[in-house]
Amino acid sequence: MKQIKVVHYLNQFFAQIGGEEKADIPPESKSGPVGPGMAFKGAFGDAAEIVATVACGDSYFNENPDVALAAILDMIASFEPDIVVCGPAFNAGRYGVACGAVATGVREKLNIPAITGMYVENPGVDLYKQSVHIVSTKDNAAGMRDAVALMVPLALKLARGEEIGTSAEEGYIPMGIRKNFFDKKRGSRRAVDMLLKKMAGEPYETEFPMPDFDRVVPNPAVKDISKAKIALVTSGGIVPKGNPDRIESSSASKYGKYDLEGIRDLDAQTYETAHGGYDPVYANEDADRVLPVDILREFEKEGKIGSLSRYFYSTVGNGTAVASAKKYARAIGEELVADGVDAVILTST
Amino acid sequence: MKLEVGYIPIRDIQFGPTSKVDGNVLYVNQDELSRLLLQDEAIESVALDIARPGESVRITPVKDVIEPRVKVHGGGGIFPGWCAKVDTVGSGRTNVLKGAAVVTAGKIVGFQEGIIDMSGEGARYTPFSTLNNLVLVVEPKQGLAQHAYEKTLRLAGLKAAEYLGKLAADIEAEEVHTYETLSLLEGVRAYPDLPRVGYVLMLQSQGLLHDTYVYGVDAKQIIPTLISPTELMDGAIISGNCVSACDKNTTYHHLNNPVVQDLFAEHGKTLNFVGVIITNENVFLADKMRSSDRTAELCGYLSLDGAIISQEGFGNPDTDLIMNCRKIEAKGIKTVIITDEYAGQDGASQSLADADEAADAVVTGGNANEVIHLPAMERIIGSIDAVDHIAGGWSGSLNEDGTITAELQVITGATNELGFNTLSAR
Amino acid sequence: MVKEIERAGIPVVHMCTVVPISMTVGANRIVPTVAIPYPLGNPASTPDEEKELRRKLLDKTLDALSTEVEDQTVFE
Repeated sequence: MKQIKVVHYLNQFFAQIGGEEKADIPPESKSGPVGPGMAFKGAFGDAAEIVATVACGDSYFNENPDVALAAILDMIASFEPDIVVCGPAFNAGRYGVACGAVATGVREKLNIPAITGMYVENPGVDLYKQSVHIVSTKDNAAGMRDAVALMVPLALKLARGEEIGTSAEEGYIPMGIRKNFFDKKRGSRRAVDMLLKKMAGEPYETEFPMPDFDRVVPNPAVKDISKAKIALVTSGGIVPKGNPDRIESSSASKYGKYDLEGIRDLDAQTYETAHGGYDPVYANEDADRVLPVDILREFEKEGKIGSLSRYFYSTVGNGTAVASAKKYARAIGEELVADGVDAVILTST
Repeated sequence: MKLEVGYIPIRDIQFGPTSKVDGNVLYVNQDELSRLLLQDEAIESVALDIARPGESVRITPVKDVIEPRVKVHGGGGIFPGWCAKVDTVGSGRTNVLKGAAVVTAGKIVGFQEGIIDMSGEGARYTPFSTLNNLVLVVEPKQGLAQHAYEKTLRLAGLKAAEYLGKLAADIEAEEVHTYETLSLLEGVRAYPDLPRVGYVLMLQSQGLLHDTYVYGVDAKQIIPTLISPTELMDGAIISGNCVSACDKNTTYHHLNNPVVQDLFAEHGKTLNFVGVIITNENVFLADKMRSSDRTAELCGYLSLDGAIISQEGFGNPDTDLIMNCRKIEAKGIKTVIITDEYAGQDGASQSLADADEAADAVVTGGNANEVIHLPAMERIIGSIDAVDHIAGGWSGSLNEDGTITAELQVITGATNELGFNTLSAR
Repeated sequence: MVKEIERAGIPVVHMCTVVPISMTVGANRIVPTVAIPYPLGNPASTPDEEKELRRKLLDKTLDALSTEVEDQTVFE
């Protein structure tokens, strides 16, 4: 059997170019495997060879998605691969979005099969699970070995054009594409069996998981913004210098509430970011770039808004589970209501 | 209530000088049956035809499928409110011509009826391709209004099935099944340790070709009520609907309700099958609210531990389904719902029009939008020219060579929401 | 987060750079921002230009808060 040619897509970090300070690099390529590519190389053995690695900075990709994707696809096409492996991205949001976009682009524009891997809560999952196979991984790079073990056999099958099993069999996240099949038992019998298990408290598998229809009806607009009390909330991790509450840089377990009384401008001496998922340089230089206290103070003075609420709330969105973020936001929401806040500006990085 | 059902297997139908059951063959005197049906003055002509499993035959536009049955003893007669008086049925002995069916065909609205293929790809999806079908193609008198035509065709099918069923009255059955539902108190005493399970049977009730009847009453006028499962086996519920034929219950489905059969199979072993609650799917929100409230109240009153809820149709009835599920679950009763999906031809769209996290146990009859390709057939029973307009077909669905490209929803019974088939989706 | 605050009954504007994610998580009023590490700034321009940029974005945000919406709306 002819050896399968693989191109591997990575971000700047996994491609060993650099951390957040290099997140703005444009796409580049190297021959052969890099970083996690070594683990894939080991697992592929003689069946496939990683002929090249294409890398791009996460910020560059997300800020210039069209330009970046076009350049990456050109590079990938030049190597004429049989399959493209992206990531895995674990729970890195921007990396996940990039991996999903690249894999989808490879499939749809180059007509070459592609695969990626992510943690189920990565925003890239919701955006791309219908268009590409996304293997379910742990939320951090400690899950690399498990991810490789699932991605390699699936990649080989896709490259060879073999039939792909169900999401449960192959370990990818259900694509949300509904496909008919003839089951062994008729529907009524399946319903009786499911009910017996459900009544006994035993595990059972629904044939159609309810979609997340969780949408909140928009609240009415603020009637008179010049009288409104406005609060600032951020998931960009802005905290007083020294991070007094020790909010984690990733998978935050808490949020902070900080007093803005008498503060007209956030500066490098007094504020910084605790967020570990983006280049902190610019926020550390001037935290107003994430949390615009300076302008809102001007608006307050000019009478454009009633007032800026005394406290701001901050947490780190990076890799934080949806359930946790929900919990913090619920608590924050209660306090905001108690403080008589009329409107909220929430900034994200 | 206790019913014995005797099965007489039918392996072929033939026209002959005398209508009779001989061995496993059902013989039909065409003239006699036609004369009987032509007693209805609204009918201009009746054509009878036979479609057997494996034949290169396409039946369309199909309105209903009905199994021939006869009441041997016990109160009332088959199809109470139509062919018999409204006396309560469901007790005593009933005989069935198993493997035979009456299929009614006629262009009532022209785009709302279904297709039954007796062979090829389409035959895999419809349970009726396995039956020996006596097909009635009924032409109405000119000027007959749609509603009247629908009723005429509905009654013609029931009468023909009754006529054939009577041939089974004195035949010895090859197999006899006994079904018994105990009264509330007897059931508690007999199975004190088994979970109490009910069945909520939702009936389509939205107008022409969307209606269902219970003892002759239009189901849109009922308040949810209890009915014994054996009453269904004697035709207490009959079908008046076939729009998007894939997920509408024919009368055949009601007579052979698979949820009822499979709950009876576990009755007294792993569960106590308490009874059936019938409810409707009306077009007004107030009706939906009232019916789902009453249904949940009945479930609570019966002290159920669990309930299976089956839907009929899709779209706004998804809301009835979800309301029933949510309100019954809110009483601490575990539910499983049976539905089907309209996830688009590519399978990527939202499958249901409504959803709730309470509906965490779902059985699906498959995606009705999935596209299928049907081969040309040597013989068409009925008329093929409606296929381009049928629900699930589109302009150009019927190709010049007689093949059809259409959505699965054109096939009668393909994604049935009683769980009649093995089809599912994932 | 944005959904839970909306649920608390307070209108909220989500200012973010990766709008598709904001759509997926269910924000109702969305104002697209400049870049991930500096949503409301631009280190390449002068401090005055940067403030002007921020002021414009916040003007848009106030407009968003003052506008009735029925569905997810991006204020470009």
